[in-house]
Amino acid sequence: MIRSKLRLGTAVLAASALGLASCASPDEGGEAADVPGITDTTVTVGTHQPLTGPAAAGYSTISPATKAYFDYVNDKGGINGRTIEYIVKDDGYNPANTQTAVREMVLQDEVFALVGGLGTPPHSAVLDFVNDNEVPDLFVASGSPTWNQPEDYPYTYGFMVDYPTESRILATYAQEEFPEATYCFFGQDDDFGEEFQTGLEAVLGEDGLADAQVYSTANTDIAAQISSMKEAGCEVNFLATINGFSAQAVGTAAKLGYFPQWMASSAGGDFNTLSGYLGENTDKLLQGFVSANYLPGYSDTEDEWTAKFAEINEEYNAGAPFDGNTIFGMSIGYLFVEALQAAGENPTRESLMEALESGDVTGNGHAPLGFGGDSHRGYTGAMLTRVDNGVQSYFGTPYVVTGTEAEEYTVEEYTGERTAMPADGLPE
Amino acid sequence: MSVTKRYLLAAAAAVLLIGLTFIIPSFTSYQLAIVCAYLCGIAGLTLLTGAGGQLSLGQAALMAAGAYSYALSANAMADAGAEGPLLLLVPLAAAVFGAAVLGLAVGLAAGRLHGPYLAGFTMALVVALPAVTSTFSSVLGGDQGLWITVEKRPTALRGIVSTEAWQAWLAVICSVLVLTLLANLLHGRFGRHLRAVRDNPVAAALAGINPARTKITAFVISSAAAGMGGGLLAYTTQSAGPGAYSLVFSLFLLMAAVVGGIGSLTGAVWGALLLVALPHLISTATSRLELSADLSQRLDGNLAVAVFGAVLILVVLLAPQGIQGLLVRAGGRLRPPPSASLPPRSTEPAPPSPATAPSRIPAPSGQLPATPKGQ
Repeated sequence: MIRSKLRLGTAVLAASALGLASCASPDEGGEAADVPGITDTTVTVGTHQPLTGPAAAGYSTISPATKAYFDYVNDKGGINGRTIEYIVKDDGYNPANTQTAVREMVLQDEVFALVGGLGTPPHSAVLDFVNDNEVPDLFVASGSPTWNQPEDYPYTYGFMVDYPTESRILATYAQEEFPEATYCFFGQDDDFGEEFQTGLEAVLGEDGLADAQVYSTANTDIAAQISSMKEAGCEVNFLATINGFSAQAVGTAAKLGYFPQWMASSAGGDFNTLSGYLGENTDKLLQGFVSANYLPGYSDTEDEWTAKFAEINEEYNAGAPFDGNTIFGMSIGYLFVEALQAAGENPTRESLMEALESGDVTGNGHAPLGFGGDSHRGYTGAMLTRVDNGVQSYFGTPYVVTGTEAEEYTVEEYTGERTAMPADGLPE
Repeated sequence: MSVTKRYLLAAAAAVLLIGLTFIIPSFTSYQLAIVCAYLCGIAGLTLLTGAGGQLSLGQAALMAAGAYSYALSANAMADAGAEGPLLLLVPLAAAVFGAAVLGLAVGLAAGRLHGPYLAGFTMALVVALPAVTSTFSSVLGGDQGLWITVEKRPTALRGIVSTEAWQAWLAVICSVLVLTLLANLLHGRFGRHLRAVRDNPVAAALAGINPARTKITAFVISSAAAGMGGGLLAYTTQSAGPGAYSLVFSLFLLMAAVVGGIGSLTGAVWGALLLVALPHLISTATSRLELSADLSQRLDGNLAVAVFGAVLILVVLLAPQGIQGLLVRAGGRLRPPPSASLPPRSTEPAPPSPATAPSRIPAPSGQLPATPKGQ
């Protein structure tokens, strides 16, 4: 009896494994020089995004924007005759799902590269895997400096301005603008908050922060933390928070009759997203709200990039709400197309990496990219935005943070010009 | 003799599956590793809920205990400069041990509970997991979880087997080990005690079995199996975080055990396969269909849950003994000889197995003093 059971179990496992094996999609054929994900007419890339789950509310609109930009490029004839196929896998912001999703894209779908995988915890889980498999892992949508380790992870490139950079810029501005104020900090209870706080203290001094509070995403009640900041007499509060918690902080403070100056990271300072949480009093609550950014501003109708992206959004994204996430998604799309263009007529994974290392890929940010042989850092600076009467717009000049190690970063004003938009928003 | 044969067959199964990894693509090897990891957790439930009648919704929390034990010990060892097989085996042992210790603590309380109370209590464990990890975030890494330094495949094997195949090897060996041990227990004296306690605790106590001790032991064994599963998941995915061990996952494990056939370990194999294959097949199917972006975004992730729910309802209505029960019935129709499954909820004390049958009536010495009830 036992024997037959075990035998049956073995047979079941074996048969099913074979069944799974036969499901694997066969080669599509027609590959140019046998580069994974590249055929004579297509380039296949993939990404993992939180389309469901806790982070979906803030970020699920990014990949449709990237897709819209790729569709636009494809309609214009693609890149060297190849259209871009963009696979989006939902991981629900859960690293366990990311593991499966990315393995499926790399091992089974054989993508050429990963583009814009979102989130520090999800992407950390696949960092070793993609580098072991030598898959270009481009423009990770997270501000963690983890992605800038060319020695250990030669295939991974950052995109967003990283937390050490952003925090130093905000702190420098605060010192210039509010030299006598009491500074405090409210941040997420992980690397995001930790590295942000370290950066702030590097500029403001060891005891430059009168109060530092943290929150966990599992607990949305942050009244205790905000009360403590109010008690401590905080006047300028730095936020290392995701959008939902930036809104929560501002709203909770207002309920306590407390209206400090807020200075938020670009990860949690998008006006449209915040207003979605705050409702009808948004304009009053966010008056004077400062946050860092580095991409074209969505309310900046004078900006040629914004105008082009808005047009693409109308035509290829079914007129979805146009906000910071849309610009973010399209900017990632643009940067990839630019890199692919630079990788030559018949791109390989090697030529793509070389193109990025050459430093010729410039993107569309207000600060320069840090790409080079010994740096895979994304945008190396940022510009500040302020909300005035319900409109978030840039002011002042961009800052750039130079230095190779976070410990020796120095903040300077950036005087270089942003790259002009090529005709039709298509890289040449 | 039958035990020896069981070992031989287990070894044959392991060799066959390991051989299979040379044929299948590496993504499928990865899926095989995940199936094996889930299998450990589900098989634990088969013992606890199927044979023991204790309904636990907390298996994911126990797997998480295994994963975190693996992560903490592996990272500590890597910091201390350990490498080689030690960095692989010690954390796995720690995973089993850590989950077993938690299982003992839970079991001590659970031994006094039954039915919905036990289900509620074990569910609370899973629900509390994110709060625990964020309260002790300096050690457990909060919502982000822990990133694990793992011992990769031996250098001698690089170029011959992929990382995924190596992960599958490890998972196959460990899960076959777990399954064999559980099969031994279920078919031995402990299994009979367990079923006796399940079917009638009073009668079992009269027969000299200590129901509380049996229940607690079942909990510890089931937790240890879950811990092995968690350890394997931690190794394969190189991370341990609360997101991977959610309430939904915990319910999925129980569903898999029920759909596969809660009474038998072979049923657990079916359940584990279904748990991995179903979402994959569904997402493959939907990606082949020409759906609008909006609709496919809605379906992604959600459709699998719906289908799983439907399958569960159908199985409970049409085949209460799960896939395995169906197969056994189908097999029985083809060839009449003796049926080959543990009859769940049978009133007989045990399906006598020739090797151990003689010792079945009197309780072994040392157990009597603990059960004075009714004597």
